[in-house]
Amino acid sequence: MAIKELQSEEQGTSLWQDAWIKLCKNYLALFGLAVLGLLCVVSLLTPWIAPYGYEEQNLILGATSPSVEHWLGTDIFGRDMLTRIMYGGRVSLTVGFIATAVALLIGVVWGAVAGFVGGRTDAVMMRIVDIMYALPFMIFIVLLMVVFGRNILLLFLAIGAVEWLTMARIVRSQVMALRKQEFVEAAHSLGLSQWTIIRRHIIPNTLGPVIVYTTLTIPSVMLLEAFLSFLGLGIQPPQSSWGLLINYGVETMEEYPWLLIFPGIALSLTLFALNFLGDGLRDALDPRTSKD
Amino acid sequence: MLRFALNRLLQAIPVLLIVISATFLLVHSAPGGPFSADKAVPPEVIKALEAQYNLDQPLWQQYVSYLGDVLKGDFGPSFKYSGRTVNELIAAGLPATAELALYAMLVALVIGISAGVIAAMRPNSMQDYVPMSAAMLGICMPSFLLGPLLVLVFGIHLEWLPVSGWGDIPGDKIMPSITLGTGYAAYIARLSRGGMLEVLSQDYIRTARAKGLSERLIIFKHALRGGLIPVVAFLGPAFAGLLGGSFVVETIFQIPGLGRFYVQAAFNRDYTMILGMTIFFATLIILFNLLSDMLAIWLNPKLRQQQAGGNN
Amino acid sequence: MALLEVDGLKIYFHTRNGVVKAVDDVSFSVDAGETLAIVGESGSGKSVTCYSLLDLLPKPPAVIEAGTALFDGEDLFACDSVRMRQIRGNDIAVIFQDPMTSLNPFISIGEQLIEPLIYHPDKMRIKDRKTARKLAIELLDEVGIIEPEARFDCYPHEFSGGMRQRVMIAMALINKPRLLICDEPTTALDVTIQAQILELIKKLQKTRDVAVIFISHDLGVVAGIADKVMVMCDGTIREAGGTERIFYNSEDEYTKKLLAAIPEGAKLLPNRAEQDKPLVTVRNLKTYFEDYSKGSNGKQSIKAVDGVSLDLQRGEILGLVGESGSGKSTLGRSILQLAPTTSGSVTFDGTVLGDLKPKQLVPWRRRMQMIFQDPYASLNPRMTVYETLAEPLLYHGLADSNNIDQQVRQLMDDVGLAHSQMRKYPHEFSGGQRQRIAIGRAIATKPELIIADEPVSALDVTIQAQILDLILELVERHNLTMLFISHDLSVVRYISDRVMVMNKGLIVESGETEALWADPQQEYTQQLLKAIPLADPKRERLRIANG
Repeated sequence: MAIKELQSEEQGTSLWQDAWIKLCKNYLALFGLAVLGLLCVVSLLTPWIAPYGYEEQNLILGATSPSVEHWLGTDIFGRDMLTRIMYGGRVSLTVGFIATAVALLIGVVWGAVAGFVGGRTDAVMMRIVDIMYALPFMIFIVLLMVVFGRNILLLFLAIGAVEWLTMARIVRSQVMALRKQEFVEAAHSLGLSQWTIIRRHIIPNTLGPVIVYTTLTIPSVMLLEAFLSFLGLGIQPPQSSWGLLINYGVETMEEYPWLLIFPGIALSLTLFALNFLGDGLRDALDPRTSKD
Repeated sequence: MLRFALNRLLQAIPVLLIVISATFLLVHSAPGGPFSADKAVPPEVIKALEAQYNLDQPLWQQYVSYLGDVLKGDFGPSFKYSGRTVNELIAAGLPATAELALYAMLVALVIGISAGVIAAMRPNSMQDYVPMSAAMLGICMPSFLLGPLLVLVFGIHLEWLPVSGWGDIPGDKIMPSITLGTGYAAYIARLSRGGMLEVLSQDYIRTARAKGLSERLIIFKHALRGGLIPVVAFLGPAFAGLLGGSFVVETIFQIPGLGRFYVQAAFNRDYTMILGMTIFFATLIILFNLLSDMLAIWLNPKLRQQQAGGNN
Repeated sequence: MALLEVDGLKIYFHTRNGVVKAVDDVSFSVDAGETLAIVGESGSGKSVTCYSLLDLLPKPPAVIEAGTALFDGEDLFACDSVRMRQIRGNDIAVIFQDPMTSLNPFISIGEQLIEPLIYHPDKMRIKDRKTARKLAIELLDEVGIIEPEARFDCYPHEFSGGMRQRVMIAMALINKPRLLICDEPTTALDVTIQAQILELIKKLQKTRDVAVIFISHDLGVVAGIADKVMVMCDGTIREAGGTERIFYNSEDEYTKKLLAAIPEGAKLLPNRAEQDKPLVTVRNLKTYFEDYSKGSNGKQSIKAVDGVSLDLQRGEILGLVGESGSGKSTLGRSILQLAPTTSGSVTFDGTVLGDLKPKQLVPWRRRMQMIFQDPYASLNPRMTVYETLAEPLLYHGLADSNNIDQQVRQLMDDVGLAHSQMRKYPHEFSGGQRQRIAIGRAIATKPELIIADEPVSALDVTIQAQILDLILELVERHNLTMLFISHDLSVVRYISDRVMVMNKGLIVESGETEALWADPQQEYTQQLLKAIPLADPKRERLRIANG
């Protein structure tokens, strides 16, 4: 009986569903999502689907332009570029995801604590963030890489440590704004415990901006990694990443421009996809654009 | 305003101290001394060298004497370029980097702001889509990719512009400035579009229209000031970014600037050089952050008066 | 010939979700020196109609589908942008609703004032800065800005709301327009300031012989100022005619409904207060906030509530009246322990609430609830009606998984919501419905005390009447005690047994509602009561004449 009654009820559209519908109308964002999905699948399956082995050299062949055997050509050691780009993508994406996760973790915790506790604690915590904003982090990362060697774990930490600042600011301002909202006050007046209020009323409403910013952090992290690798201060051979491939490509670009162009396209396309997705999510999750 | 500046400058002192200490400790905790990379150096020579650079003293003594020197503005001698001080090297590299940063900033501001304002005037039209797509392209085309591509096309293929140098051949400053500025132009375009859209939707813009003011006056007098506040706030971080970007651009175009020196110092493990330059960069960046904050406050009459009033 | 003659105006909004007929076949005229009031609730098309005259509508989505607007014989819709600029400000000027946002915060008010003069689209009429400044200062003086010379170079944030609206009026009049459009010019202002601004507009209209279109949702405001009234609803004209005819001999159902919805007179239901059995006792309560805003000297505190004592009898509806910044909302929150109190005590049913730890307070929270002002902000946008209403029931153990559905349905019945709406989200409801949900949440725990903080001030007048009646009904049915906070004196009179007037953190005066209305003792109360506009043209004119 209860089931029958439930069926007669009109089903509401939640803001999440609303956002999803809006996202589905944004073709650029969908394109971004598709590219991202494809990249993840390819990266996961690289060892099995790559046309050649990662270390497979063919010194006699040398650098060749794209052909049927080597779709994206080969480098000066006769290594297949498609294979190298696939393996490089694995590293670049991993750095992107893990460093973003580090940033997310630190940023959300820091921002949420500052926003919740408020008062003097908040002032001190945000002053620290302000100060760190003013520091030349790019230089610090270079320094770290020089002093401790090009350690990929250190790279994750260092990049994550730079990117958490903005996340902390976003989360804090969200929490501060929500704390003043009347529905949170209503929850207090109902006697709900702090934790219940956080879980049911605060977190679901901060999720949107956090998702958006996370999506936009991944490309900026990948860019930073590529930047360092390009300078020779990031990922170290024999490992490879797109930044490193671009670095090699630059050295030989006069004779073999495809060695620069293909890794460049891979990087730019990925950045495009993630930025479009981030922009699309921002539009879709923005409460101001939701229907009244 | 002056109070605010002084206040912020005072706050910058402990920050700089932390930067100096952290950098110093980091550099000195590095595995292997500065001379360990050179294989063929006999131990007695290393000893002599270490004595020359005070490396045989306890760490705290080195720290104190270094701090004293830094306060006097003396970053000490370079490890690798014997006979030259870090100060000399910084002085040698600064003009090119400063000029490069200035031109890049000009490129970024002029192109970025005009693209952003043009896009914001007619949102969701071709006038919006075209510059904003270009901006997206600029953001997704990092300098280390754009630079080589420009060299490939305009330098090698078309032979329009020289591919390296700074101030040697006419026109050799064009490509580096564009390479460094493009990313920031794109970012500033997005920021100013967002800021302008926000302001243009304000009630006071409608008031200005209802007064019969021209569109041009509304954009430039009523909207621009508020709309560009996000851009002004971004100037400090953008400057820090430009310094970082100069590492890549100066390497690609072989410009004898600070960025290239820094990367070389990093590879050579030229510790005093790294230390000195890090402190120098940090000071510059803190200074520029302060300037951009002050500019943002000055643009807003309410904040300006509060800062000026102080006690009222 | 009329100064403005609008004929067959149709404005449609082409949105993603289809075409909205914002204005549908509207015709009216205004003679020189005449005041036309356009009255309607939100979404009636009253503002859209007027904005279209000066091409101030966002296009897209707005499209003027049909119609003409002859101003002095010239069709405004046929003007090109150059001609339109000449008309704006020179022939037709506008005063907007919110003086806080309608002035540019980056430019001094003097500069904003003289802009229409120094950038005049007609080259022959451009004035130099010096002349313009002199004219502007004279005008500032005329609209009642004290020391206009000194205030000329000040920025908008240095003015209060009422003063900003005076500046807006000066700005609108600086080029001597022949038609002035006032879009809810007093809605954002306190009642005493509203009276001053209305008086100013009226005075200026006479001295300068300017025609006025006065847009308002409030029939009371219109009664004293309009020659003609036009009532709009859903984009169409419901009724138009002379002010007295509309107020005294309305022929239209909707107009009658609007008039009936204005809260007037005393509470109809008997006072159920049990004497000398206070549910809540407040003694010398003080709530100070530290002023964290930039530029303040740190230690300065804002005395929101500065020593208030009151008794709230069981079954009583106590009205708390005050203007913005009087501390009335803070007082309500302090009683419920939602705002930290600085000193003094709140006793609820014999227990001093301030002594309890947050955990110990939970069972008391069930017994006292709050209804908030903004129905858009007071509901969690990510929770369905069901979740919102079920949360307090489950949390306080008033229902379990077996009977929760039934209890939620019961609540929805109580506040007049259809069961079929149970799984919907707040953004799918109108403002009035949202306020019903919020009321449902407040009565879910079967509380004894409800503090209602401006529960109807964000609502349209007809919805406001419904919600007020709902509140009265629920107070009766559930035997509630209520503190009703409002800036609107008529609403408070309509609903309360007893009234307290608050100003600057202190209780100025209190007493039985009707007794206080009949014979206010304090000057502040007298001023407040005198400033209430009456929805009755004859009495309203008399009131203004006496004021």
